[in-house]
Amino acid sequence: MNVRKIEASVITEKVKKLFMDMNYFIGEDIMNALKNAKESETSAIGKDVLSQLIENNRIAAQEEVPVCQDTGMAVLFVEYGERVVTEGGSFEQAVQEGVRRAYIDGYLRKSVVDDPVFDRVNTKDNTPAVIYTNIVPGDKIKILAGCKGFGSENMSSIKMLTPSAGIEGVKQFILDTVRYAGPNPCPPIVVGVGIGGTFEKAAMLAKKATLRPIDTKNPDSRYAALEDELLCEINKMGFGPAGLGGDNTAIGVNIEYFPTHIAGMPVAVNICCHAARHKETEI
Amino acid sequence: MAKKIVLPLSEDTIKDLKAGDSVLITGTMLTGRDAAHKRLYELIEKGEELPVDIKGEVIYYVGPAPAKPGHAVGPAGPTSSYRMDKYTPALLDRGLKAMIGKGKRNDEVIASMIKNGCVYFAAIGGAAALISKSIKKIETLAYEDLGTEAIYRFTVEDFPAIVAIDSQGNSVLAQGK
Repeated sequence: MNVRKIEASVITEKVKKLFMDMNYFIGEDIMNALKNAKESETSAIGKDVLSQLIENNRIAAQEEVPVCQDTGMAVLFVEYGERVVTEGGSFEQAVQEGVRRAYIDGYLRKSVVDDPVFDRVNTKDNTPAVIYTNIVPGDKIKILAGCKGFGSENMSSIKMLTPSAGIEGVKQFILDTVRYAGPNPCPPIVVGVGIGGTFEKAAMLAKKATLRPIDTKNPDSRYAALEDELLCEINKMGFGPAGLGGDNTAIGVNIEYFPTHIAGMPVAVNICCHAARHKETEI
Repeated sequence: MAKKIVLPLSEDTIKDLKAGDSVLITGTMLTGRDAAHKRLYELIEKGEELPVDIKGEVIYYVGPAPAKPGHAVGPAGPTSSYRMDKYTPALLDRGLKAMIGKGKRNDEVIASMIKNGCVYFAAIGGAAALISKSIKKIETLAYEDLGTEAIYRFTVEDFPAIVAIDSQGNSVLAQGK
């Protein structure tokens, strides 16, 4: 079997650049959605907020500073080709080092505490990152990364629905979660939904859904229709930009699904602010 | 048109501010968020002195990003206010006059705001690079060990905000349908 050797330092540099870039340059999908929202918004204050967000993102890109002070906790979904051998250090260390350098050299905020309950001492370099690795065929490493702010993360929720809840139960849980979040998670939001799998699989799918560009649809037309319907329902709630009232409470709903158990229908809702930062790379 | 207001806030200014008013704030304000609030609250509970005088002050719920060389301050937008709700009435009873954050407040906070004649401003969440243009100077006042969560003093000019809840308890935050 041919193996492909990749230097750990190459992985570190790639990861560093991913996190700096995603914090300075908001994706085109988000920028376009904010511009469209501004056009459609009927509330004067909502329109003004959207103008300010567009201007904010323009300034951030121009000055290469983060769009939001909450530069998040780093999350990476990795597809690691089984023919790749990392040299000069472990893959895990290489990724963590990339995150560390991005947050230190890139003037990003360090928002991670070492122990969640007792000490809560800042690790001062934003590590550890949360890394999910799948081993896949091939000789490439694909990384899908996001930096997740916690204003919106805290508004997320998961529920172990059972089959009899049906599609109505799914919709109700998603809408209830968004309604409860209200003005808190920096609307207009992106709603990531994970359905199926097990308890933790649903949550991981929901996180992954927040990292999919919002100008894409689920390939299954039934789920794509559900995405559209939910977006429409959420925007009837009236929270509006910054929660100050208006037509644009969400700019995207992305759903991911997975097979599940005969007894279950887990649904996870991961809410993301309008600064939905995500980026991919392949090594 | 935005109202220009100068800190410290006078009682008349506070009374004149109505929910929904856009304001541009000039002067100096404190910052503080979760960890600093916890420490202040614990000192108040023990009846001890606070490391900063909060009487008549405005506190901005923010944990700024580091400043790049040549910048006075890094991006510094508001954080969610509800996490400070548990600690807020005790600070308002001690003379804090206003808060700047984003999102909802609970009934205890609103009741304490009415009792103490205080105002809650919303800054736009996620507009951190834009907001930082109005922050001219940053000094560390207390709890430096908390990093971004330390208490800083910001000097601001025309800092943009909206009166989210006024001193009569009126709110402009959307309730949702």
